[in-house]
Amino acid sequence: MAALRRARRGAGSGLCRTLRALSGKKNEYDLLVIGGGSGGLACAKEAAQFGRKVAVLDYVDPSPQGTTWGLGGTCVNVGCIPKKLMHQAALLGSALKDAHHYGWNIAQPVHHTWSVMAQAVQNYVKSLNWGHRVQLQDKKVKYFNMKGSFSDPHTVRGLTKAGKETIVTADNIVIATGGRPKYPTHIAGALQYGITSDDLFWLKESPGKTLIVGASYVSLECAGFLTGIGLDTAVMMRSIPLRGFDQQMASLVTEHMESYGTKFLKRCFPTKVEKLESNRLQVTWKNTDLGTEETDSFDTVMWAVGRAPDTKTLNLETVGVKTNSETGKIIVDASEATSVPHIYAIGDITEGRPELTPTAIAAGKLLAQRLFGQSSELMDYDSVPTTVFTPLEYGCVGLSEEAAVQCHGSDNIEVFHAYYKPLEFTVAERDATQCYMKMVCLREREQRILGLHFIGPNAGEVIQGFALGINFSLRDVSD
Amino acid sequence: MEMNGLAPVPDSYDYDLIVIGGGSGGLAAAKEAAKYEKKVMVLDFVKPTPQGNSWGLGGTCVNVGCIPKKLMHQAALLGQALQDSRKFGWQFTEEVKHNWMTMTESVQNYIGSLNWGYRVALRDNKVTYENAYGEFVGPHTIKATNKRGVEKLYTAERFLIATGERPRYLGIPGDKEYCISSDDLFSLPYCPGKTLVVGASYVALECAGFLAGLGLDVTVMVRSILLRGFDQDMANKIGEYMKEHGVNFIREFVPTKVEQLEEGTPGRLKVTAKSTTGDQIIEEEYNTVLLAIGRDPCTRNIGLDKVGVNINEKTGKIPVSDEEQTNVPYIYAVGDILQDKLELTPVAIQAGRLLVRRLYAGATTKCDYVNVPTTVFTPLEYGACGYSEETAVEKFGEENIEVYHSHFWPLEWTVPSRDNNKCYAKIICNIQDNERVIGFHVLGPNAGEVTQGFAAAIKCGMTKEQLDNTIGIHPVCAEVFTTLSVTKRSGENTLVSGC
Repeated sequence: MAALRRARRGAGSGLCRTLRALSGKKNEYDLLVIGGGSGGLACAKEAAQFGRKVAVLDYVDPSPQGTTWGLGGTCVNVGCIPKKLMHQAALLGSALKDAHHYGWNIAQPVHHTWSVMAQAVQNYVKSLNWGHRVQLQDKKVKYFNMKGSFSDPHTVRGLTKAGKETIVTADNIVIATGGRPKYPTHIAGALQYGITSDDLFWLKESPGKTLIVGASYVSLECAGFLTGIGLDTAVMMRSIPLRGFDQQMASLVTEHMESYGTKFLKRCFPTKVEKLESNRLQVTWKNTDLGTEETDSFDTVMWAVGRAPDTKTLNLETVGVKTNSETGKIIVDASEATSVPHIYAIGDITEGRPELTPTAIAAGKLLAQRLFGQSSELMDYDSVPTTVFTPLEYGCVGLSEEAAVQCHGSDNIEVFHAYYKPLEFTVAERDATQCYMKMVCLREREQRILGLHFIGPNAGEVIQGFALGINFSLRDVSD
Repeated sequence: MEMNGLAPVPDSYDYDLIVIGGGSGGLAAAKEAAKYEKKVMVLDFVKPTPQGNSWGLGGTCVNVGCIPKKLMHQAALLGQALQDSRKFGWQFTEEVKHNWMTMTESVQNYIGSLNWGYRVALRDNKVTYENAYGEFVGPHTIKATNKRGVEKLYTAERFLIATGERPRYLGIPGDKEYCISSDDLFSLPYCPGKTLVVGASYVALECAGFLAGLGLDVTVMVRSILLRGFDQDMANKIGEYMKEHGVNFIREFVPTKVEQLEEGTPGRLKVTAKSTTGDQIIEEEYNTVLLAIGRDPCTRNIGLDKVGVNINEKTGKIPVSDEEQTNVPYIYAVGDILQDKLELTPVAIQAGRLLVRRLYAGATTKCDYVNVPTTVFTPLEYGACGYSEETAVEKFGEENIEVYHSHFWPLEWTVPSRDNNKCYAKIICNIQDNERVIGFHVLGPNAGEVTQGFAAAIKCGMTKEQLDNTIGIHPVCAEVFTTLSVTKRSGENTLVSGC
């Protein structure tokens, strides 16, 4: 099955290298990776395994609030890792409440101290930064803490924080610069007074009463754990939650969050943010349902309205790397190649790809194997499993019910579903109203599974194994 | 109609199906048969334990097995969570103690609701239920004796034996008088205190594990190996983890007598034990002795000889065909009493349902006992599906199997800085068959949740390549299986250092 997906590739880069060699110019590196995140590091380390000369450029432009971090990219520093750890802190809060039903006597209510958690999380992240640097060193990958931009198709100019310049040339270049949170700059005070996920995990002090604007998983996950550690938290959504995800599941997720204590300002959008004398932030917003204008004050306002690729400073026009005019993301083909030979792109910066660490890592490794290891295997982006780490987690793989209906017609779909109660919730007297799972199948013959959706504790652990089966299921269907 | 010419058999029966045993298998079969409008009766009866303990409808799983076990395991896990939570910023008093009675009461209340739920479900499905001890007295005829000794006779066209098992005793002085078993533990009306667990089964290790997690002084006395029948590499890792977390192990000893030093709740018991490898005798005092050395099927006293059903004389288990039929055509059996089948609730339920569908709905599907996933809920949970390393080597030969493995550190354990390189993932592949994954093993938190989906994949015939082509979910424990690269054969290091 997998063989049908492979194509013969790899001749292109070799040809270019030969041309350059013929022209007398020799590039310093076999591979230069711009961006030391999940995709970039995986690609660089894999290439080094083949004995290639590899360099990585990584640089973090400080956020508008001044936050910056070390090597490892979004996932390690301001994404998956700190997110999951703070989610765990919130889950432990629930565990503390459950514990007394199970016989543990702890005086309630229990209090949470932000700085203890933040410091522990930040220390762990720093150990990962260190670990990545050591790994690069061990694999003899040259690391530059510099911001890269293209001078010509084989040349990148690296600039340090202090302004020192280094020129790096390479036969092959991989762009893996990822994305950064968007600011709604059209809203007065947004840039000045708001923070984003880039800042949240590095706050030294508690964010206090927080408003999170956005309906993405970033918004819901952050609002979820802030609520869980005892903070007064509100989410402002202009329309639907978790756009692109199965909407029935998305509703269950937000329903649970509401019963958990997160406030939702639905069908609202902010119009301005002002600073009060008390240093609190006053947010004004429009309620589109009621047609009214409302206002409230918060200690923190966090924007989670999407992420955008950081391509402006790369100088892509100079070398002709094409980007999607709407999203700004780099357009790549099935082999991660851009419009310019021997320039590739992987990870969050690429158009039409899932913005996930494991896909970036896999794509990076396979790319290195194709460039330097005689492999021709392409990355398969179909049916990638994922999990949203809201207080009640949501794991899924394959098609949403809507997508399945759109693709096959509602008469040709059968949805098997069930509500359930985790055993651990029984004695703890916890509400399991939103614990639910569904399997979207084709109605005919063997009823192939098109999509699997699960809401409940440890959703990621539950879904992972099933992702394998879904892979084959879907592949057979599309043939 | 006559059978064996011994006694006349009625022309019409009281019931289409009588199920003896209201546990996982029995109830599932009964409810399924009622769906096809069959007249069904369930007989369920619990003979009190030597300590006088009894329970309601639902069988072992609900009352003295899976359910209370997992809840008490959860109580122990919460104890660990409390410790972790401090590192995540939660603040509460230094000393946290556990109250056995609060936990046991909650657990028993929940079980009570399940017993009630089953009774209601049977009623709603129009299944007749009697709390009576059933035994065969003649062809197609059963005698049901209730608690007060009142006897009734019933006839049925078909019978399903699903009487399950009960814990075995050692047969040493003081065992029945002073020791308890898993049949007593989950409703014990007092904290067991310093406990000796005798046995090395998953029952022994799971119980010892949660008792230690609740703060009790626990010792496990093992005659030879841990978790016989399970992958020994994994079994030893489980033992190591338990040792590191405060469980004492006495290896290669068996108790020879149990004496009571003082009555009480709990009392004080003196256990004398003898070495299996020499002459050494040891004595030690405990509050409670929990026997977990195995379980015996309830097949000896249900009149099977009266209807000619063969049982394995040594083990008491009933051999059946692959359609769960005994040697007597109208008598079937499911669940723990079956010879050479797995003693698991989901297996019993599946077998019971499929059997009934074959009998009454024209179905042909048989229960598939191959590649059944399972999980041992020890402090470090162990999920498995398929071959152990030993059985794979035995069946295919060492040179024909490839074992991929890795340690992993759950992200949630990094901040509390605990147990790095204790969690472990291993798959066993058949080299001659496209590196098909024939064995799956995971040691870590939520092992059951991790294992379940992979069991489905193994049923689909997953190969190592397909596993490698699956994208991981990040950051969770299960994703380790999508990036396994080090083989045991290579001898390379599998210890982890970071993200």
